[in-house]
Amino acid sequence: MRYAYYPGCSLEASAEEYDISTRRVLNRLGVELSEIADWTCCGASAVEPVSRLLTLALPARNLALAERDAAGLDMLVPCSACYLNHLRVSRECAADRTLPGRINEALGAEGLSYAGKIRVRHLLDVLAKDIGPEAVAAQVSHRLEGLVVAPYYGCQALRPFALFDDPEHPRSMDALISALGATVLGWDMGGRCCGASLMATRRDVALVSVAAILEAAAGADVIVTVCPMCQMNLEAYQSQAHHANTISVLYLPQLLGLAFGLSDGQTLLDKNLAVTDALKSKLRACEAARI
Amino acid sequence: MKKNTHPLISFTPETHQHAVDGGLAAIQGMVRACMQCGTCTASCPNAFAMDLAPRQMWRLLLFGLQQEVLESRTFWLCSSCYSCTLRCPRGLPLTAAMAALKRLAGAEGDHANRKKALFYQEFMRNVEQNGRVQEMGFMCHYFLAMRDPLLPLEYTPLGLKLLGKGKLHLGGSAQRGRLGPLFAKVRSMEGAS
Ligand code: SF4
Ligand code: SF4
Repeated sequence: MRYAYYPGCSLEASAEEYDISTRRVLNRLGVELSEIADWTCCGASAVEPVSRLLTLALPARNLALAERDAAGLDMLVPCSACYLNHLRVSRECAADRTLPGRINEALGAEGLSYAGKIRVRHLLDVLAKDIGPEAVAAQVSHRLEGLVVAPYYGCQALRPFALFDDPEHPRSMDALISALGATVLGWDMGGRCCGASLMATRRDVALVSVAAILEAAAGADVIVTVCPMCQMNLEAYQSQAHHANTISVLYLPQLLGLAFGLSDGQTLLDKNLAVTDALKSKLRACEAARI
Repeated sequence: MKKNTHPLISFTPETHQHAVDGGLAAIQGMVRACMQCGTCTASCPNAFAMDLAPRQMWRLLLFGLQQEVLESRTFWLCSSCYSCTLRCPRGLPLTAAMAALKRLAGAEGDHANRKKALFYQEFMRNVEQNGRVQEMGFMCHYFLAMRDPLLPLEYTPLGLKLLGKGKLHLGGSAQRGRLGPLFAKVRSMEGAS
């Protein structure tokens, strides 16, 4: 299995543990990634409030590069905002026949063109559908027995395009988490918004969402996320959300890596902002149980 | 209903500004089929903090009450969760309409609206210059642009946390300037359209 890889800006900076754990875990699962050379920012959630054409042209630039340099491969994206930005280019082009011409006129500034052939895939989609829980289970050396995991999906991996999961009651992480030997927390907050960039512009409002999510996850040992924005909002503002007991928040591939026997160092666990000692000792117990 | 056509106004000749595409009329077109059922309001995680419920705002918008709509904080409180877009029984692109209102307010709104738009504009300016967004540089420019001496303090706890994790760095510069031609082209196309 091979994919064109678009890490996105966050994964180069504040979410480097997401990038590294994604690469290591996919490598263990026999997946090859070819990173798109010279990829650029897709505009994140800031571009649409600024320019409609740029909203499509920025991700189309990366899609054009991937079509040129990695023809025939799907493009794998771990960040949900980047995923949606790239995904909607083909959707909007299908709905408005004048768009491909306009996008390509813009890309012409760099001698690029976008044909609309490439498929955009979220990391979670690839893990759940292309790789699947059996292949994941086959790599598990440290079963996470007794660990209760709250799967947090956020918004843009699920909505508005429901390509690989139920956007109202997402379940795609359940089988993956079970494959690690862990227990899935039954909750209905997995698809509730984390506040996204309101954390920067209206923190008081975003904190209400974060508090509600953290409270609902109280029965879990760890929340797992599949987006750097969700991760940051849930891990960095726990005290401001008046959440008394810190709850650990990991990226999904970090949890997979730990069950695959990767060390804390290999999964960059020390980069996370919320990892409790209780979680660490539970993980140690899982390790000890192996012998 | 009376069509409200507004001339294309681009905000300032500063090079990083983008023109508004179609103004109020285009956004009215996006929600024309609204039947006022209120599903959008009921689905919105941020409705509790809005002055106008989304359903009410679409109504005012369709009446052509641009000033009332732009005076509302409702669209600035959209966090692009797409719940309303997913659930609207008329299948209307409501999240996109919220973003279009942010564009309109940034270009044609009053001082307060333009200030709110700065967050997004500064982010995109950083993207234009660096190719890949530099989180640190963006925040510094944003603080300067907002001219609010208390704002950086709000971010200090997070900044310190990230610093401690070795996550606050200026990032690579390999893609600096890479997006200049694309941004320039888009700007000229938007000006011409
Ligand atoms: S859900 Fe759709 S039809 Fe119902 S009030 Fe909202 S915009 Fe109108
Ligand atoms: S997309 Fe925006 S307006 Fe719609 S429900 Fe989500 S936050 Fe509310």
